[in-house]
Amino acid sequence: MIQRFLFSGTGGQGVITAALVFAEAAVFGEGLNAVQTQVYGPEARGGSARSDVIIADREIWFPKVLQPNVLICLSQLAYDRFSPLVRPGGVTITDPFYVTRWQHATSRALEIPLHETIVALNGGDGLSIQGINMCLLGALSRLIPVVSPESLHNAVERRFPARHRERNLQALEAGTTLVRERVTTF
Amino acid sequence: MTPTGTVTPTGTGTLHFLQGNEVCAEAAVYAGMRFYAGYPITPSTEIAERLAWRLPQVGGTCIQMEDEIGSLCSVIGASLTGLKGMTATSGPGYSLMQEAVGYAIMAEVPLVIVDVQRGGPSTGLPTHASQGDVMQVRWGTHGDHAIVCLSASTHQDLFEIMIRAFNVSETFRTPVVVLIDEIVGHMREPVRIPDAGEFELTERLLTSVPRDVDYHPYFPREDGRLPMSHFGGEHRYNVTGLYHDMWGFPSDDPRVTNDLIHHLMNKLENRKRDLTFTKEWYTDDAEIMLISYGASARSARHIMEDRRAVGMRMGLIELQTLWPFPGELVRERCRQANYVVVVEMNMGQIVHEVKTAVDRPERVFLANRVDGEMITPVDIKHLVRVIQGKGI
Repeated sequence: MIQRFLFSGTGGQGVITAALVFAEAAVFGEGLNAVQTQVYGPEARGGSARSDVIIADREIWFPKVLQPNVLICLSQLAYDRFSPLVRPGGVTITDPFYVTRWQHATSRALEIPLHETIVALNGGDGLSIQGINMCLLGALSRLIPVVSPESLHNAVERRFPARHRERNLQALEAGTTLVRERVTTF
Repeated sequence: MTPTGTVTPTGTGTLHFLQGNEVCAEAAVYAGMRFYAGYPITPSTEIAERLAWRLPQVGGTCIQMEDEIGSLCSVIGASLTGLKGMTATSGPGYSLMQEAVGYAIMAEVPLVIVDVQRGGPSTGLPTHASQGDVMQVRWGTHGDHAIVCLSASTHQDLFEIMIRAFNVSETFRTPVVVLIDEIVGHMREPVRIPDAGEFELTERLLTSVPRDVDYHPYFPREDGRLPMSHFGGEHRYNVTGLYHDMWGFPSDDPRVTNDLIHHLMNKLENRKRDLTFTKEWYTDDAEIMLISYGASARSARHIMEDRRAVGMRMGLIELQTLWPFPGELVRERCRQANYVVVVEMNMGQIVHEVKTAVDRPERVFLANRVDGEMITPVDIKHLVRVIQGKGI
């Protein structure tokens, strides 16, 4: 088994953190091997954010993702740039709030209303999207059965300090239930 | 935490998911390094960041200096007074350190320098991959000299190589450069940090000469090692970058000069065997031999396993010691190969050493990439196909 994930979006959404927590959950929770890399440099500051995660039950040598099995895009820029890279038979996951899809015959497309869900969860003025990355992971654990919700739960507890823990766990939980109710496949 | 899977590193110790830079820091602490001075530079910054947190926990000192020159100079000072010392930087910072590197070689000061390579020349490509510092490490400082340079491609190897770097530096009283790159430095993967005692650590050899008895800091024992005395402690002696006699005082006596330069070269060049660390796959039957190091070796390993699966007789030598270059080993292993392909991310640096080493240099090819992106297994495959006359 080898699965290549490409997490992409805009700086500030937390996609890099999501990739890191996801990889840690695979290593510590599932006993799998994982390699995580990310794009550094000027474009990562406020521009596009990208992180690659490879999860496998064997050694991983080349650490970059050239053709993802699973592509996650939380911005139009990222979608336009990376969607042609998806492997035939792969999956592209987007949020309709951020991304208008264009047709792709070779990969499956899933739309998940992460933004809408997290804004509702956070309440307040409806502007905070804090936790959208964990919401994404919750959904991902249901869609791609590589990392279980329990492993992610433990990884979140490991990674975040006490004051942020509860909120992130709630977002994770919201993501897992979201999949049962609100995923649109194309 | 215990590893539960079959592929994550197993054994005693604790399992972590770390960046290569963080592994460097943890390994240094494990090796007994207690003084770090550095000037942060991408892509090496996480080493300083982690040590600023870790060293105070173990009673060590971490200082951010005003620049790289000050960084290495203060490590030299700390080392002379008895601590295992280290600094970390990238190509541009390492350029600034060259004068002090020469001083550490001449004054025979044990220390470790981690160079996390980025694209050059000059400030170059701070956040992208390159392996352009191989020759800077060899010849960056002026004058004839020998240098030890180690490298690694996986985090588990990197942990061990760091410890070896400290052991070699203490054994031979020499600076050792650990040369990694942006990919290995920034990438995260599982690594097992072993329990204390699993790796043998070389501690400093101290003189048995009592206080107030004439101590010769630069008079080698029969085995070539030089017992040290903490500078400013029991004995008064001189340390200089000039050619010096056995007391450390400057000398331009031709015999003293001749003996010293030969000692500095021979103490490393004559012990190549002890200093050569490599990893080899299928070197016994390889028709196409790949030679690589650092992150490039990961791509080489990938394509080698891939081609093996379809029956191609491909092998790989991963060089963990770059300097002194293990020429004899390379010559021996490549004797049967039809082609030798050196995989590196520069315009060709180790490839020239390989050409010098092997019997048939016209069979040595370079698979490289210099656009800041990591060389891919497919890049190597294409070159091999072209060499074989199969076309892309």
